[in-house]
Amino acid sequence: MATVTTSHKACTVNPLKMSQPIGAALAFMGLNHCMPTLHGSQGCTSFGLVLFVRHFREMIPMQTTAMNEVTTILGGMDNIEQTIMNIWERAKPDVIGLASTGLTETKGDDVDAYLKLIYKKHPEIADLKVIYVSTPDYQGAFQDGWSKAVVRIVQEFATPCTVKQLDRVNVLPGSHLTPGDLYEIREIIESFGLSPVFIPDVSGSLDGHIPEDFTPTTLGGTTLEQLRTMGAARATIAIGEQMHSAAIELEMKTGVPSTVFDRLTGLEANDKLMQHLSALSGKPVPQKYRRQRSQLQDAMLDAHFFTGGTRIAIGAEPDLLFSLGSMLADMGCEIAAAVTTTHSPILEKLPAEEVLIGDLEDLEARAKDCDLLITHSHGRQMAARLDIPFLRYGVPTFDRLGAAHKVTVGYRGTMEFVFELGNTFLADEHEVTPATWTNSSEASSCVSGGSCNSCQGTTDADHPQVAFS
Amino acid sequence: MASLSNKVQDVFSEPGCDKNQAKGEKERKKGCTKQLTPGAAAGGCAFDGAKIALQPITDVAHLVHGPIACEGNGWDNRGAKSSDSLLYRTGFTTDINELDVVYGGEKRLYKSIREILDKYDPPAIFVYQTCVTALIGDDIEAVCKAATAKFGKPIIPVNAPGFVGAKNLGNKLAGEALLDYVIGTEEPETTTPYDINIIGEYNLAGELWQVKPLLDELGIRILSCISGDAKYKEVAYSHRAKAAMMVCSKAMINVARKMEERYGIPFFEGSFYGISDMSESLRQIAKLLVQQGAPEDLLSRTEKVIFREETRAWEAINHYRKRLEGKKVLLITGGVKSWSVVSALQEGGMEIVGTSVKKSTAEDKEKIKELMGEDAHMFDDMRPRDMYAMLKDSRADIMLSGGRSQFVALKVKMPWLDINQERHHAYAGYVGMVELVKRIDQALFHPVWEQVRKPAPWEVSTPSPLMGEGWGEGALSTVAPSPQPSPTRGEGAVVAKAA
Repeated sequence: MATVTTSHKACTVNPLKMSQPIGAALAFMGLNHCMPTLHGSQGCTSFGLVLFVRHFREMIPMQTTAMNEVTTILGGMDNIEQTIMNIWERAKPDVIGLASTGLTETKGDDVDAYLKLIYKKHPEIADLKVIYVSTPDYQGAFQDGWSKAVVRIVQEFATPCTVKQLDRVNVLPGSHLTPGDLYEIREIIESFGLSPVFIPDVSGSLDGHIPEDFTPTTLGGTTLEQLRTMGAARATIAIGEQMHSAAIELEMKTGVPSTVFDRLTGLEANDKLMQHLSALSGKPVPQKYRRQRSQLQDAMLDAHFFTGGTRIAIGAEPDLLFSLGSMLADMGCEIAAAVTTTHSPILEKLPAEEVLIGDLEDLEARAKDCDLLITHSHGRQMAARLDIPFLRYGVPTFDRLGAAHKVTVGYRGTMEFVFELGNTFLADEHEVTPATWTNSSEASSCVSGGSCNSCQGTTDADHPQVAFS
Repeated sequence: MASLSNKVQDVFSEPGCDKNQAKGEKERKKGCTKQLTPGAAAGGCAFDGAKIALQPITDVAHLVHGPIACEGNGWDNRGAKSSDSLLYRTGFTTDINELDVVYGGEKRLYKSIREILDKYDPPAIFVYQTCVTALIGDDIEAVCKAATAKFGKPIIPVNAPGFVGAKNLGNKLAGEALLDYVIGTEEPETTTPYDINIIGEYNLAGELWQVKPLLDELGIRILSCISGDAKYKEVAYSHRAKAAMMVCSKAMINVARKMEERYGIPFFEGSFYGISDMSESLRQIAKLLVQQGAPEDLLSRTEKVIFREETRAWEAINHYRKRLEGKKVLLITGGVKSWSVVSALQEGGMEIVGTSVKKSTAEDKEKIKELMGEDAHMFDDMRPRDMYAMLKDSRADIMLSGGRSQFVALKVKMPWLDINQERHHAYAGYVGMVELVKRIDQALFHPVWEQVRKPAPWEVSTPSPLMGEGWGEGALSTVAPSPQPSPTRGEGAVVAKAA
């Protein structure tokens, strides 16, 4: 439905986008006993680390191959070898997730070959899995890095299994889902008597729990055992278009049938999930979710008075944009401005006229007469300038608590989103005054007339009293 | 890259730095910071350091020439405050793509500069080099020169790509850019005998404004702060100051020393952290200004202000001192400011059980020894695991560190206070010291510790005094927050359900 356009500016102003390698690193953070590592200069890791610490408010395990000028030119094999050996000695992880950066991709390091040589040279690390993914900073965006890393995880571990676990379901979640979302999805799937395994599972590692002891690696997530038995599942559920390729890869390698859900926010989207799970398990939809569905219907009815006809400016990565954007449209909002970070087939399906691959400056320019801004925390400056309400969604959310626990999936998560939306408009309601309707006929009659003072007021619906000035 | 490597060597042989001078020729060439260990390294890169040092200049555009990672992953994340323009918080980057990597990014950079000038009209643009664009050979100096000539506005190249070294080197290279392209290029409208520069103060959380009222009262004018809450022109005419204070230890020593060399501006190294350090800094400023020709009465006026402020601050701190006496503090900072914070904490009656000296110079370490005694626990490279153990074994009551290690403390349910760049509270000057002590007191005596340290009732096996009253009125609501372990059968069942 939407036309996808690309910004043609030379200079990106107020970036919406983040880079691929840290998207890959976040995916690796969903593996148990893993050390996500970036093959680049120390700054590549440091910026990503600070970003995740501020978003999750958690200890973030992340390392660097610490490339400098000389090692970059000579090639990073020695650094990768030292990195692997140092991490292996210090942290004893099960997995090292290694993502390349713009720096080492520009040089053209052949990391696959390096790894072969390193394994040959160090037989003692045979049990340590090093998963390498190529993620140059100058291509794609955060969710592409996540998606590529999950494909690599699947390629590395998936094998057909002869012994099947009849209740097992693989779930491939997109990077737009929070640990809270994963908990919600797990609960839904479990209520059908199925046992989900998330690949990767950031709800185990980044949900903000307090562990018993110190671990220098991830504190939870998908285990090696779970990764090796992906082929034993009865089905795979992928959430978000970005997981399409991983789902296909998994199905090709294991024969486990997969289904991709492009979103799990919204009444209809969740109806489809319930249907699917019911068919998979042969069980009826549990009473609890029939009730929740009815609660969501009621919530949508209560909220529709306040959301209908509003104009929204939204900036998010493609899958999050599609999830929230579709729900906004379901609630009668108009997506007046949509900006995203990278190409995706899902963008064309967004119920909006145009989606721009651009930055927050573009969004700000398009958001001039919008009623609400939805984007990550970097929208705070523009929200203040535009003087409109602002809901924070996406990574990074560094100036609000509980980003990891925000839920927008399932009937319950959709209901929370609907309430948050409605409440934002309720809180922003402008009191009417005796002046609200004065001059309105005069003002509208002179729209084409030109330089009458009252015209200034009519363009700004939020401040009708300006009409007097 | 020849000029960059010369610059790096120049910074390494900085005569103002004793540590470098003590080294042999060969060793000096290797640089200030230890070689990083791949797989066990932490901290920002040179680009990060350069950006930290210059971004507080508020009215210019800071344009990062590189792929999205360098700006997109970390923009608008510092707490440097501005009294005027907010342009410094706008993220500008060329966000180069694959084609730029192949064909070169210079044209995109030039166009970006033009777009910024058209849309935002800043007095100057700082262009930051990054690893990828350095590697493909983009000559940002040449582009900036051409753009300056074409557009008639100063376009300043900051040549500190991440891979040349660590943050500290980046600070210095940023200083070099100021010396080469900015300082001395404009003239102030007026000068006074009371004009000073403050070098290496970034106005984090507005700390400069905790000090400025006292200087104002003494009639001392901050001609230029490099770079906290600075405007471009203020840095450009900073060479007309009579004296300078260098704040952040060695981060910008090259700027202070070269300004002394070129413009005859004497400087001293001081700190705004801690009461005695603050007083000492005020004295030094007054002394240098008088030396440079300011009226002598400045000295006595300064003493009066110091006396008044110290008395006031001590009174305020004494209120807390009783509660904080003997509390053990683990201090993990970037290292550069360790000693100034050490003395500040000791004034609050606290004991420093350990401090990191990873980036501290020999001189810094001597100062720490002086303050903490010979058996001072200085850690060169403390692993998170060791901090965790230290806190868990209660060898420290509170940890003060930067944001990244906060969870080491929080996960063992120990108090923690942010003393790095991202912090929200200002701790400079007399008022700041009182604020720091107040915050430590708040952190230590916060009611949250008692609650989170208490185990869940069902995890404790000792018999409960509540035994037997399980199903009385309001039993359901009292179960969860009950301070007593209550493994009675009835309650146990309810709890299990709730969990």
